[in-house]
Amino acid sequence: MTTVPAQAGWRFRKPSVIPGFGLTLGLSLAYLTLIILIPLSGLAWRSAALGWADFWAIATDPRTVNSLKISFGTALIAAIVNVIFGTIVAWVLVRYQFPGRRIIDAMVDLPFALPTAVAGIALTTLYAPNGWLGVPLSWLGIKVAYTPLGIIVALVFIGLPFVVRTVQPIMEEIDQEVEEAAATLGASRFQTITRVLAPGLTPAILTGFALAFARGVGEYGSVIFIAGNLPNVSEITPLLIIIRLEEFNYPAATAIAAIMLLISFAMLLVVNLLQTWSRKRYG
Amino acid sequence: MEVRVANVRKEFDTFAALHDVSLDIRSGELIALLGPSGSGKTTLLRLIAGLEQPTVGKIFFGEDDASERTIRERNVGFVFQHYALFRHMTVADNVGFGLKVRPGATRPPASEIRRRASELLDLVQLSGLEKRYPAQLSGGQRQRVALARAMAIEPKVLLLDEPFGALDAQVRRELRRWLREIHDATGHTTVFVTHDQEEALELADRVVVMSQGKIEQVGTADEVYDTPNSPFVYGFIGESSSLPVKVEDDQLWIADRSIGLSAQGAPSGKATLFFRPHDVELLDGCSGCIAGTVAASRRVAGTRRVELEIGGHRQRVEIELPVDHPAAQKSRLAFRPRRWKVFPDTAG
Amino acid sequence: MADPVLFAADNAHESASGVTEARPARYALMAVAFVFLGIFLVLPLVLVFIQASSKGLDFFLSTLAEPDTVSAIRLTLLVAVIAVPLNLVFGVCMAWAIAKFEFKGKAFLTTLVDLPFSVSPVISGLVYVLLFGAQSLLGPWLKAHGITILFAVPGIVLATVFVTFPFVARELIPLMQEQGTKDEEAAISLGANGWQTFWYVTLPNIKWGLLYGVLLCNARAMGEFGAVSVVSGHIRGQTNTMPLHVEILYNDYNAAGAFAVASLLAGLALVTLALKTVLEMRYGAEIAATRGH
Repeated sequence: MTTVPAQAGWRFRKPSVIPGFGLTLGLSLAYLTLIILIPLSGLAWRSAALGWADFWAIATDPRTVNSLKISFGTALIAAIVNVIFGTIVAWVLVRYQFPGRRIIDAMVDLPFALPTAVAGIALTTLYAPNGWLGVPLSWLGIKVAYTPLGIIVALVFIGLPFVVRTVQPIMEEIDQEVEEAAATLGASRFQTITRVLAPGLTPAILTGFALAFARGVGEYGSVIFIAGNLPNVSEITPLLIIIRLEEFNYPAATAIAAIMLLISFAMLLVVNLLQTWSRKRYG
Repeated sequence: MEVRVANVRKEFDTFAALHDVSLDIRSGELIALLGPSGSGKTTLLRLIAGLEQPTVGKIFFGEDDASERTIRERNVGFVFQHYALFRHMTVADNVGFGLKVRPGATRPPASEIRRRASELLDLVQLSGLEKRYPAQLSGGQRQRVALARAMAIEPKVLLLDEPFGALDAQVRRELRRWLREIHDATGHTTVFVTHDQEEALELADRVVVMSQGKIEQVGTADEVYDTPNSPFVYGFIGESSSLPVKVEDDQLWIADRSIGLSAQGAPSGKATLFFRPHDVELLDGCSGCIAGTVAASRRVAGTRRVELEIGGHRQRVEIELPVDHPAAQKSRLAFRPRRWKVFPDTAG
Repeated sequence: MADPVLFAADNAHESASGVTEARPARYALMAVAFVFLGIFLVLPLVLVFIQASSKGLDFFLSTLAEPDTVSAIRLTLLVAVIAVPLNLVFGVCMAWAIAKFEFKGKAFLTTLVDLPFSVSPVISGLVYVLLFGAQSLLGPWLKAHGITILFAVPGIVLATVFVTFPFVARELIPLMQEQGTKDEEAAISLGANGWQTFWYVTLPNIKWGLLYGVLLCNARAMGEFGAVSVVSGHIRGQTNTMPLHVEILYNDYNAAGAFAVASLLAGLALVTLALKTVLEMRYGAEIAATRGH
């Protein structure tokens, strides 16, 4: 079925006896093109069609800039929160035995499985001024719902599994003997954790951070209910895109989307570099 | 530093890994804990290290009751079978770790730590490898780093858990010799665990033979080899052959025939005779000997191993003959052990 | 060999080693973890069900029986029934091409697969609006031929397919890569053709990863909000999926109604989690290779 070239040279693929390459690759490419490439290139084409001047005007419009600050800022803070608490959760789940551990472990995946709109209304109701948590928080003078703080809370929920699930497997593989060695050499528990174990976990923690951050930046459904959506204050970029769409201002929507993608791409590149460095250093 | 294990019992859930174990380890000696899997030797080692706590009993370092002390405070050097080196630290950092984590007052300055690490790496013949990472070392090198790291804290006791178990045979033999040299040079009290009797007998000043959570015998290599005090030790150390016998009138009998051996004071009744396959003499006639039919005969290196069926009881024993011994061609052989031991059968 | 008895009861490191945190530290860490999970995970979930039942069973049932709700449920199921099998088939195709063959550009292909994951759902919807909308390239042509994609069911299906595409492929690709080609080569050498090899040899090997991917794909397909929101038009009774309907009810100040519908989705999420856990427990080793969404 496949022809092996008579002479050695550039080969597209290594010959093999397994059939179906043409079929599967063809189908896959067709599907990918239809579903992903064409739509995305539509976006690219559309943003390219915008002149530089227009693009720049939209990009520097205060409302756009503020929405980007809010989207990326809240995602960053939420990802950091998730790194701190997610690592603790992973540690507790991996190292300690307690009743219901299995169930709690399964529950960590809830944000993956729960539709974002459901999470959105639930969190809003929870933190609203008359909500179960809203009330005690108001005694402390803290307002969560309809503020950027609410966005952060929603993004913490969304990003929770990313850090836990990325760090857990690495923690499970920690060699007990290494910990014992550190103890026999005189290290305190704290020293063992920070000097011996933490470096090995750093790549995974960074990966989890990156995933949580990336997810948080683009999140829509769980955020718009709790956010308040006040322009320049608590308006996230995806919402701004939708508003522009509803105004039929397609150029603006496209431009904002393109900017968002570019910034995300740049940030992920940075995190990727960080990860590669940490893997080399600590892996 | 001497170590005294006093009536220690260790239970995991309901399983007893050690039953009432007592042992005196002399200062500066190199002692081996030898036994098969499940004998409790690693458990005992870990108890001395403080990685486990005894259920009953105490462990003393010198005059100190070590149970009062945490792992950190015990100052023992532990070398693990799989090295347990810190992957993300260089060799030098690994070796210096124990010194770096000392609490402020007792911590030496960084330059001192570096110097000591270098010194130790010289001692273990790894100088020049300071900046390497464990992943870049061979198994034998890693184990030497692990040993240097354990010695860096100037431990009271050095504990090694099957230190050469993960290495191949050639490296194992080299490191064995090298460990003995290091021990002689530094004089640390050293306890090591092994299931390899060759290793234990070759290396150790004294050997502790363990089985099923109990100490069977403690003695020098000669003592446990020449004068084993239990069936287990006789069977475990070196090669052995055994036969069920009857003790009567201070003589040994097989199937109502005297085999011409003294019972060595064993009480009348059933017993088991142990001897070494190569420690026998062949006899022509048989009045007071062990006679058997040749069931199999193999050439093994420089000797011939002959399997004999004794008294038709399907009891087989192996004896060793020189390769070209004429008797090896016969179908019936009679022999008598030159040295032997009799152990009465205990009930059950 | 270390004594086997030592590691007999080694479920958690705590029991097998004397090396762990001091008791107060342990309890503190557990407390922090539990409080965190309780606040962020448990409370919202519990709230959904309590709010759903706050006006009593009758109200709950009547909300679900409303025509708009029923059509939302139907639309959600329809979308899932189309999107999941489509992504299943093509996910398998893609995994087969990537895992069983060596060819140039493989890394690029694998990156493409991950693309929908890295893009905000709103942008996922936006791209379809740009493609099929009134001002787009194809818009006038579609209008001329009377084909509606946007603000109608086809658009919703497309957007959902885009967003849920990676789930099956991402589960299968590492799994099939790990399994290699030995089994398939053996089958071929025994005379099986492509389909037989796939059906009798490959499929049984990947079935648990497949199920896992389908499970996640379905959960996302039924729950997708952002992308669908953009392309849907929000026409009650026609182009609203369940998540969109939840939003409508909520914005109508019908919180109890919104939570009633939401509780169905939450129930689906719990079932998904339960099945996921069962799959992981029984076929953990196989699926562990593909962990790390």
